[in-house]
Amino acid sequence: MPTSSKNYKVTVYVTYKESVLDPQGQAVQGAITRMGYEGIDTVRIGKYFEITAHEVPGTPIEQTVDSICDKLLANPNMETYRYDIEEDAR
Amino acid sequence: MSAPRFAVIVFPGSNCDKDLLWAIQTVVGVDAEFVRHDATSLKGFDAAMLPGGFSYGDYLRCGAIARFSPVMEEVHRFADEGKPVFGTCNGFQILCEAGLLPGALLKNTSLRFVCETAEVEVANNETRFTSHYEKDQRLRIPVAHAEGRYTVTDEELEELTANHQIAFRYAKGHNPNGSVDDIAGVTNKAGNVLGMMPHPERAVEALLGSADGLPFFSSLIASMTA
Repeated sequence: MPTSSKNYKVTVYVTYKESVLDPQGQAVQGAITRMGYEGIDTVRIGKYFEITAHEVPGTPIEQTVDSICDKLLANPNMETYRYDIEEDAR
Repeated sequence: MSAPRFAVIVFPGSNCDKDLLWAIQTVVGVDAEFVRHDATSLKGFDAAMLPGGFSYGDYLRCGAIARFSPVMEEVHRFADEGKPVFGTCNGFQILCEAGLLPGALLKNTSLRFVCETAEVEVANNETRFTSHYEKDQRLRIPVAHAEGRYTVTDEELEELTANHQIAFRYAKGHNPNGSVDDIAGVTNKAGNVLGMMPHPERAVEALLGSADGLPFFSSLIASMTA
């Protein structure tokens, strides 16, 4: 990897669409309620990805991450995603 | 056409591949062969059968990684060319992830792995996979899955219903996983791709509990030899 190229730290969050039932999240919420905590209304479970990447000339990192999310990390039928990209001083 | 030849696709983590081969080759008596996930050709085959199991350990989502196996390009070609493509259980999940069938299969509402003989009804007997059944015929077919809750949007459900794509439903009151509209199996719009959570290949010998899966195979074979 050339040392002059930028490095990135990408974090991707994949969550169920609001319309999709999440029985695992409901089970966790039930446990929280049984533990005696008050004020917790809903729990939804999602997925979190930590990715390290480096700059590829001619291809913006956002474009690559969008494509990976659309094709693999999220299933657009039931999930949505968001991500953060930070420059990484590795 | 001469006697049809079935490809039983084997992914890393498939575990119902032998059941499927046994049902087709030994019980029904039609030519079938295993084809590995990394094969690049289905030349010489007439149907692609995707078995149950836990392909790629169900990592990420069930079927999400298997859909990128090299052989899936050929499965897509079969689907496009109108050749029969079938997926049961994990095979159904793979077909949904691959976009060959609408919707997705999510964790059972109960959060439990269900392993039981399901009460299934034939919702549409005018498909190439179901023509040897009566409409609404009640079948006993095993299910064994943790992620079988079929989920589609309201619009997709309307479309599935309008196009008669719902092939199998769980009988009223017997929905094992929380699937929308009790759906157990659907076809694509063209009717040559079918996915279902129940395992017809495990219901081909009365001695083992049920032979209600046999008409599934005979329907399909009849549609290929007609």
